[in-house]
Amino acid sequence: MDKIPILRMGAFLLVTIQVDLYDRLALNLEADLVQTVNKTNAKGVLIDISAVSIVDSFMGRIIGNIAGMSKILDAETVVVGMQPAVAITLIELGLPLKGVHTALDVEKGMSLLKSMIDLSDPDEDQEAPEDDNFAE
Amino acid sequence: MKIKKLPKMIISLNKDSIPVSKEQDAVFLKNRVREVAVKIKMGLVNQTRLITAASELVRNMLRYGNGGICLIEVVSSGRINGVRLTFSDKGPGIADISQAMRDGFSTGKSLGLGLPGAKRLVNEFDIKSKVGEGTTITILKWANG
Repeated sequence: MDKIPILRMGAFLLVTIQVDLYDRLALNLEADLVQTVNKTNAKGVLIDISAVSIVDSFMGRIIGNIAGMSKILDAETVVVGMQPAVAITLIELGLPLKGVHTALDVEKGMSLLKSMIDLSDPDEDQEAPEDDNFAE
Repeated sequence: MKIKKLPKMIISLNKDSIPVSKEQDAVFLKNRVREVAVKIKMGLVNQTRLITAASELVRNMLRYGNGGICLIEVVSSGRINGVRLTFSDKGPGIADISQAMRDGFSTGKSLGLGLPGAKRLVNEFDIKSKVGEGTTITILKWANG
């Protein structure tokens, strides 16, 4: 049985899809990924689809599901490397992938994730100015 | 787009039929469609549209029709070439085709984009279905249509 590897990079999970996905494989990835987010306490998920030449409505739905499920588990998802032809096809198909963050390549995706996590995780930084306020 | 309206004969040049009974067959089918599309010099975006449409239809065939057969043909009309795919299954058939062609309608748990989405991605789309006998869907994509 094929399996798509999920790599852990600090607070992020990195998934690079290198094969043509069929439905069962995509469903397994969805389940694996959401479980790994939970297990590793990941704050971000980066999915690289630069090697994926076809994204149909089912695959699109899986990507949306992964983003939605991760969001509930307090992790952001960024999809990177979508081929232009895939973007054209997705829109014509009627699947705008709302609510999924995208970036052009892995590097830009990583910095997007970092900026999103920094915005939503500065609890410690926020406490400091509050203390200052109390001091005044 | 008007070209296809001319009363030119569409000639089938090359035929290949692929049985589809499990999900992995869909991967094989998509690769064959890509090979044929590349052979007639179809552009990358049109290839992607055609294969995505094929992917939607082959999934329907597997999910609702218990598999079936896909016929891949290279067709020619005048100077232009295209790829025609015919998906036939012996499944339960579709009772209300206009309802099935509507965006967002699904008897399964899917998004209901498969049939209407596939239609938007190709140049010609034809669906015939008889309840209890099966469904046949034909799509055609011109190399640069």
